[in-house]
Amino acid sequence: MNITLKIWRQKNANAKGRFVKYNLENVSPEMSFLEMLDFLNEQLIKKGDDPIAFDHDCREGICGACGMYINGRPHGPEKKTTTCELHLRSFEDGSTIVVEPWRSKAFPVIKDLMVDRTALDEIIRSGGYISVNAGSAPEANSIPVDKHSSDKAFDAAECIGCGACAAACKNSSAMLFVAAKVSQLALLPHGKPEAARRVQKMVKKMDDLGFGGCSNTYSCQIDCPKGIDVEFIALMNREFFKAKVCKSKAK
Amino acid sequence: MIKFDSKIPSGPLTEKWETYKTGLKLVSPANRKKLDVIVVGTGLAGASAASSLGELGYNVKVFCFQDTPRRAHSVAAQGGTNAAKNYKNDGDSVYRLFLDTIKGGDYRSREANVYRAAEVSNKVIDHYTALGVPFAHDYGGMLDTRSFGGVQVSRTFYAKGQTGQQCLLGSYSSLSRQVEKGTVTMYSRREMIDLVVIDGQARGIIARNLITGELERHSAHTVVLATGGYGTVFYLSTLALGSNPMAAWSAHKKGALFANPSFIQIHPTSVPVLNEYQSKLTLMSESLRNDGRVWVPKAKDDNRHPNEIPEEERDYYLERQYPAYGNLVPRDVGSRAAKERCDAGYGVGDTGLAVYLDFKDAINKQGKAAIKDKYGNLFEMYEKITGIIPYDEPMKIYPAGHYTMGGLWVDYNLMTTIPGLYAIGESNFSDHGANRLGANSLMQCSGDGYFILPYTIADYLADEIATPRIPTDTAEFDKAEKDVKERIDRLVNIKGSETATSFHRRLGKILWDYCGMIRNEEGLLKGSQLLKELEEEFYKELAIPGTGYELNQELEKALRVETFFEIGHLMIQDALNRKESCGAHFREESQTETGETLRIDEEYAYVAAWEYKGPDKKHIMHKEDLNFEFVELKQRSYK
Repeated sequence: MNITLKIWRQKNANAKGRFVKYNLENVSPEMSFLEMLDFLNEQLIKKGDDPIAFDHDCREGICGACGMYINGRPHGPEKKTTTCELHLRSFEDGSTIVVEPWRSKAFPVIKDLMVDRTALDEIIRSGGYISVNAGSAPEANSIPVDKHSSDKAFDAAECIGCGACAAACKNSSAMLFVAAKVSQLALLPHGKPEAARRVQKMVKKMDDLGFGGCSNTYSCQIDCPKGIDVEFIALMNREFFKAKVCKSKAK
Repeated sequence: MIKFDSKIPSGPLTEKWETYKTGLKLVSPANRKKLDVIVVGTGLAGASAASSLGELGYNVKVFCFQDTPRRAHSVAAQGGTNAAKNYKNDGDSVYRLFLDTIKGGDYRSREANVYRAAEVSNKVIDHYTALGVPFAHDYGGMLDTRSFGGVQVSRTFYAKGQTGQQCLLGSYSSLSRQVEKGTVTMYSRREMIDLVVIDGQARGIIARNLITGELERHSAHTVVLATGGYGTVFYLSTLALGSNPMAAWSAHKKGALFANPSFIQIHPTSVPVLNEYQSKLTLMSESLRNDGRVWVPKAKDDNRHPNEIPEEERDYYLERQYPAYGNLVPRDVGSRAAKERCDAGYGVGDTGLAVYLDFKDAINKQGKAAIKDKYGNLFEMYEKITGIIPYDEPMKIYPAGHYTMGGLWVDYNLMTTIPGLYAIGESNFSDHGANRLGANSLMQCSGDGYFILPYTIADYLADEIATPRIPTDTAEFDKAEKDVKERIDRLVNIKGSETATSFHRRLGKILWDYCGMIRNEEGLLKGSQLLKELEEEFYKELAIPGTGYELNQELEKALRVETFFEIGHLMIQDALNRKESCGAHFREESQTETGETLRIDEEYAYVAAWEYKGPDKKHIMHKEDLNFEFVELKQRSYK
């Protein structure tokens, strides 16, 4: 099949970017989207041009490194699919594909399709953990965990930290990302002792870093490659209010 | 001559670690913050080591080449992590886990190390559970387990098919907590290019900042490598594309012995090669063999759709050949059996290089919902890659390069032959012998990082409390940085016409063909020659656009490919030296009448630890004899 690509090229964080058009002939529908970019880069290098920079690593949808806007959608048109799992069979022969880096103030462009997502690490550092040191844990079965909570915590914990939720949101909100971690830990008995502290610190950090608020468009859930449910945002809000109320009581 | 002492403590197996641990020196809390520790790599081994050392109060600096520590390739481990909890009341114990691991590794690992790994396995599960890792639970609120290859008990703890991700995110969360506390400083998007050794001790690293291209100097009292394996040497493998052994190899060239380099595990169940552009092979977890049955048609070149092949015309060859373990034979056995069937002409699919993994019986018996609950994400992954729905027809699978049992030689303290340099997790060689059992890798990485290294490193650092912070403006750092600079300039200035990836692909094919699942002397010699020719071409024809002092992903790849050439040569040399078959190392010349591995214990019951002698010189082998005090060496049998 033949395709036309319009790819965002930007030399570095401070340079002005622009779309560049590339025509690719005889690509296979069995190629993954990133293999298609490899194929294009191979041609660019042989011509002496600068190859397109993009983040990627595991190429099986679990590390969360890849991520780009493809035809206006984070990770492209397929549901619950990361960019590396997307294949060209999802596109028509002869089609034009527009590829851009994540659009979000909190994720500045480093080069071409590569962005800086350390803001997500900073949110986790602010409280996305259970404070237990190695050596101090009790016997694992001494605290029963009901299956429902455990399964639900797992559903939240599936987040791969790719940033598609914030990139998809018109407010550039990272609510789904934060809610997933807050919910996972709040649902498990081990995470409850510091649940109130955790949610307040993480929400504050998210706001400080320039992520916007949630206005319930659900675009994050639709474009999340792991299908994390927006119900976790509701759960986080409940945790947040609970923390506020308990705090005022304590005063 | 390199100093070479495994430091295995004497005494009964079950008491070795406890007794030894009590005798190790300690560092007082007040002194810990004056001591700097570099940890390279943030997978399960690196993140667990860095966070525990941070919790203890050491000043830790952590490096990873990814944009965040949470993406290290432990994230992709699927099936689970083993522990001897015996929750299933099926006769499991620390001793049995030890025994299974020794036997699974075909008696080429150290008894003392393996026993210790089994011993700390239970604490690993306790710790992850406390960190909020959502392992599977049953309705009573207790942890669930499942079975893995090479064992007859159920000791694998799991979080669907994403156990590695969940454990890594647990370790990453405690690492993040230490970063926030200020005990750990995180350096992401940095790749270690060289080790700095001062007066015989490991004192720092040269790292390349992957965004700016700058070379950075970092010093410490001790350096820990947790940099994973070298399975990407085959180009197509189940590993992440960035996974590479450059850091460990640089340490090897500075004096750390490299052990059993040819012991590479080929995983039996990966999605097969589908086209020539393919950049990686995706693993389908071994856990699938709990419910999936492996088969090929009984007739050669049977082109019928698998669902149209009746039961009596299917050859469930693993169940036929290995009735005791059936589909749950160890990985090396499963891989060779698949290759044997395909080479004999019974393979399926367009290439004939695939076998079926069928869930029909399990779905009929347990229902689609139960299967979905256990393996849902794996089935989805398979569908995305191939476009085929494995609930409706069997998966096609084939073996792929996966895990390296070989690695940096370490003593019982996990220290390499360079004083002050440690290697943990997959980057060392110690626990898995010639074949790793499924779900033992998460167990070992986490055990090393959380419950072994923090004790043994203190014993070393106790003698360092009077050593002031190591300056980086010394002759040793100058020299190391200059060498790296020259190496980069050499590659960038070749200005040929072939990309690093195209060399990598060709290099990988040579090693896969001649030093892969089945090896023989003639093939290894041929592989060695082909590798040499390709390496010469590499230094003439490599193309890297841009310069070394900016973001340059092609340079990153080229540096790694350069390392693969060097490690490839050593793999072949090691495979040639070991004329027996053991575990994943199958020398055609040494097999039983039924085609199983035939060990030659009188000659090869040793660890081959190789010493680097210089760029154009042959490596020298040192032997660490494996003394089996507690286990009787037997021919492995899974029949």
